Amino acid sequence: METAFTPVQSLIGGVWIGIASVLLMLTLGRIMGATGIVAGILAPAGRQDWLWRVALVAGMASGPLALMLVTGQMTEVQVPVSRATLIIGGLAVGIGVTFGAGCTSGHGVCGLARLSPRSLAATLTFMAVTALTVYVTRHVIGG
Amino acid sequence: MRLLTTYLIGVIFGAGIALAGMANPAKVLNFFDIIGTWDPSLILVMGGALTVTFVGYRVVLRRPGPVFAGGFSLPTSRVIDLRLLGGSALFGIGWGMTGFCPGGALPALGTGNTDVFIFCAAMLVGLMLGKAGVTALSRPGASLPFKT
Repeated sequence: METAFTPVQSLIGGVWIGIASVLLMLTLGRIMGATGIVAGILAPAGRQDWLWRVALVAGMASGPLALMLVTGQMTEVQVPVSRATLIIGGLAVGIGVTFGAGCTSGHGVCGLARLSPRSLAATLTFMAVTALTVYVTRHVIGG
Repeated sequence: MRLLTTYLIGVIFGAGIALAGMANPAKVLNFFDIIGTWDPSLILVMGGALTVTFVGYRVVLRRPGPVFAGGFSLPTSRVIDLRLLGGSALFGIGWGMTGFCPGGALPALGTGNTDVFIFCAAMLVGLMLGKAGVTALSRPGASLPFKT
């Protein structure tokens, strides 16, 4: 399934992700890492701790709607894989980010921005393995 | 005020993810498919997000503390071990299979797409399994069945 190169939208979207990360550090002093935020909802350290995490995730899920109010277009979600793959892959993502203590947002954006060697190691690993997985599923097994 | 601000920060993040194309698995997978249907858009997402965060953190972390909390909660671990790399590799397998990462999938929930809910449900189960695994491994006397 081909998708169009969208340099302008992707750059602006990336800048917004960065702005949100900086604002979360400025207001709550927290890393904008999806893994850590959701993990804290499942095992909250208290009511106040649980509330800000839920508010943040509710805001994230309102993002596509807010964008639609501005652009008039609904966010495209094209899933080119089976539901069985989604379930197995979802489990792998959940277990992996817990052991790896972060994902694309936590390690790949916030950690790299702090020049953390640990986040650099994690980011290089998951980027390489993701590329390898896509190569294998599309060109070795599926090719 | 604190919760409303946090909610709005979430909206900025979610709208950014949606506009960038990170909520679209087909686009994310194509970024990694360089010899196939390559779509380089995600370089600009990472580049934009990283540049703003790098500069912004340098300004914000010079303050004595955040606006609504007592201090900055920054990760202190500096260990690069098998747990970090193995976990990241497993995350890469799941991301490469599905095209969803946690930060992409949570905003995508807002589109109402059923597949996103299926992925997120599985991811939540994975987060709980992972937590149980991490807890078991960090018990005194617990060790991995291989040398780390």
